[in-house]
Amino acid sequence: MQPLFEAFTKDTGIKVNVISASSGLEQRIKAEGGNSPADVLLTVDIARLEAAVESGITQALNSKMVEEVVPVAYRDPNGQWTAAAMRARVVYASKVRVPQTSITYEELADPKWKGKICIRSGQHMYNNALFAAVIAKHGEAKAEEWLKGLKANLAQKPSGGDRETARDIAAGKCDLGIGNTYYWALMNDKDADKKPWADATKVILPTFQGGGTHVNVSGVALIKTAPNKANGVKFIEWMVGAQAQPMHADMTYEYPIRAGVPINKTIAGYGALQADPMPLSQVAANRKKASALVDKVGFDN
Amino acid sequence: MTGTTHPAASDRRHGWPLRRWPHPRATLFLIAAAALVLAPLANLALIAGAGDDDLWPHLAAHVIPRATLNTVLLLSGVALVTVVAGTGTAWIVTAYDFPGRNAFAWLLPLPLAFPTYIVAYVYADLLGGVGPVQSALRSVFGWSSAADYWFPEVRSLGGAILVMGFVLYPYVYLAARVMFQTQSVALLEAARGFGATQWRLVRDIALPMARPAIAAGVALALLEALNDIGATEYFGVQTLTLSVFTTWLNRSSLPGAAQIACLMLVAVAALIALEHYGRRRHGFAGLDIRAGHTTRVALAGPPRLLALAACLLPVGLGFAVPLLYLTFEVAARGLLIGFDPALWRHTLATVLIAAAATALIMALGFGAALALRIVRRPIAALAVFIAGLGYAVPGTVLALALLSPLVAIDNIINEAARIMGLATPGLILAGSGAAVVCAYVVRFLAIAIGLAQAGLARIPVDLDDAARAAGARPAGLVRSIHLPLLRPALWGAALLVFVDCLKELPATLLLRPLNTETLSTYIYQFATRGSFEEGSLAALIIVMVGIVPVIRMVRAADTVLPGLALRAEMARRNPAAVRGGA
Repeated sequence: MQPLFEAFTKDTGIKVNVISASSGLEQRIKAEGGNSPADVLLTVDIARLEAAVESGITQALNSKMVEEVVPVAYRDPNGQWTAAAMRARVVYASKVRVPQTSITYEELADPKWKGKICIRSGQHMYNNALFAAVIAKHGEAKAEEWLKGLKANLAQKPSGGDRETARDIAAGKCDLGIGNTYYWALMNDKDADKKPWADATKVILPTFQGGGTHVNVSGVALIKTAPNKANGVKFIEWMVGAQAQPMHADMTYEYPIRAGVPINKTIAGYGALQADPMPLSQVAANRKKASALVDKVGFDN
Repeated sequence: MTGTTHPAASDRRHGWPLRRWPHPRATLFLIAAAALVLAPLANLALIAGAGDDDLWPHLAAHVIPRATLNTVLLLSGVALVTVVAGTGTAWIVTAYDFPGRNAFAWLLPLPLAFPTYIVAYVYADLLGGVGPVQSALRSVFGWSSAADYWFPEVRSLGGAILVMGFVLYPYVYLAARVMFQTQSVALLEAARGFGATQWRLVRDIALPMARPAIAAGVALALLEALNDIGATEYFGVQTLTLSVFTTWLNRSSLPGAAQIACLMLVAVAALIALEHYGRRRHGFAGLDIRAGHTTRVALAGPPRLLALAACLLPVGLGFAVPLLYLTFEVAARGLLIGFDPALWRHTLATVLIAAAATALIMALGFGAALALRIVRRPIAALAVFIAGLGYAVPGTVLALALLSPLVAIDNIINEAARIMGLATPGLILAGSGAAVVCAYVVRFLAIAIGLAQAGLARIPVDLDDAARAAGARPAGLVRSIHLPLLRPALWGAALLVFVDCLKELPATLLLRPLNTETLSTYIYQFATRGSFEEGSLAALIIVMVGIVPVIRMVRAADTVLPGLALRAEMARRNPAAVRGGA
């Protein structure tokens, strides 16, 4: 993210002071209260954005510019957060052993894949959001059946991360894996060591039956106690603006949220993304249930 | 031995102010140390008390039983590996001479300098399906894919036990070595004279005498393993600590997470209390104040090779392999040529914060242990016990719990400034490096206290009483007897604390000030992007910074003759005490 901040400073003369952490920043801002120096919170995953809203540290953005640029599905209905970029949760497949070029999320539970799928922990936030989307689509009972089916198809106990999933496919441990769009592209473009793992696999953009591909967001929220509110709003508008959006595409390998901004070439190579139209707030609403289902079916055991 | 045996007359003689409660300053010190740790723990209990009872049927049915089983298995495995590797190597380098012994003495503690999760990544990479080991096996045996043969899975409970065991055994090694070095030569030589075998010497004399130290070392290693999140998540081991995080982040219940953390804290506290109870009747006063060093037996023939191999295995697995891997990555990725200049700043920040925290932790930890030695009241023991509990809470949870107390103090300061008409300073504690230092103190105080107490347990209480009876004041007692005898333990503890501060991640991540990175958080940002190798250079810098105090410590421990120094000192200050003590 650092290059983005530097570009913002160069563009506006506003210095950006940063703390980055994987979790808990909303709790820190909440505890800091009125003296908190935080103006905006940037985070990946809808879960973290919702957690920030729930902890009461955000305020409505009220930006005409953001409302024009960002599609309704990728903003909070009450204006408490907006997406800045998107990633999709997709299938990595063995080039050699998987001839098909399209797949549905539902098919991942089909017994024909028994012992052939690798995935990281079902409690990881990326999987949590995917499973929540399945619940939102099909209801809890059907989602449980699906999750059981997926569990039965796993080649090994869930562990590692998305890049290990590609590595395990390359090693022949499994044929299919589930991962985020940018991990594969980074292996392919940026890391010579891991290029063979990308070479052994291909990315398929799966869809829900009768729907699109599950996407998640990196988003940003304005803090209620922001000491520099005007600069905070300026920053958020800048992040979805015409200058920053191509940087999202080429540096973090995410899908730009702004229409018309070119997608990174490697990512574009996966095919045209048809993002599922379901609003992310519905995904967020089913997160707890998804987490409970993972426990219930013993997905990580 | 309790305070009641203390001659009240001596208190009067020296005109101490509080006759009913002797040693008010030492007592106040103990209360302050305990309060520091109690503040975040109480806040944690407060968060836990906020509710979410409806979560528990689910947790009890699907989460806690398995997580408890996994945690118990993980800790048992790590205990076994660390005790065998740590105690075994400590005895070998203390009791024997063999080629490379001097090098091993300072190489053996070094695995500690690696963040556990980095070592986990390294082994998953080396031993994984496409890694060099399996690739070599495939080309040798002509297998075409991983499906053609069986190979143990690194990302598993067993893998987690081995990785953690070989990274964390130095806790036991350092604690045990200090004890072996200072234990009674006379006793060992007497036993030898009566024809005791080496094995009986170890089993019946050296080990029992070092038991408090070994227990303290294992406890530290286990608490570190218990609170790990990076390696266990990566290896897919569903531990209680992991369930704390999923309860907080996915089950969206911070109170529920705090409740699990509190239960773990109670369990840990009970286990520590049990261990104390278990050795309540044992006298461990095995310290020899008349002579310094155990003479090392020179090995020859097969035993020499055996000793070499026994030291090589943990050093190789815990240190050499990850070191070579990271060095290779630094070279392959041109991290030295494309040196990130920000790393200088991060290194400086890391060292400054770690050094400040270490100084504070050592002063508080050894101060508390010494104060307890002087006060000798149940309430003092309780204070020391509480002060050592911060290590039993996962780092992120501790950081969360520390936030409110820090902000509360900041608010008081700001309010005071407002009343006095001064400019309000803002979050001078919670928003600065002080927050990180505070977190380190709360988290690692247990290390200093544990090792100080283990060291003190070996100094006969009679010695204190004799010195006191001869008119020594508590401060003099500490200065002329306790501290000189504790010196090896002090070095060992300072090293452990410093290295732990260098590599601390979860609390640093959440509490560090704006625009500040430590080496550890710097590495982490690459790890979260799926390419921890980019952080290799920073990981090597942690190791290099960690080596400096290791070498210093080992040299000090090998050359200082605490017994002789002590004897001269005591004879000079107080001949009566020496007669009484010896």
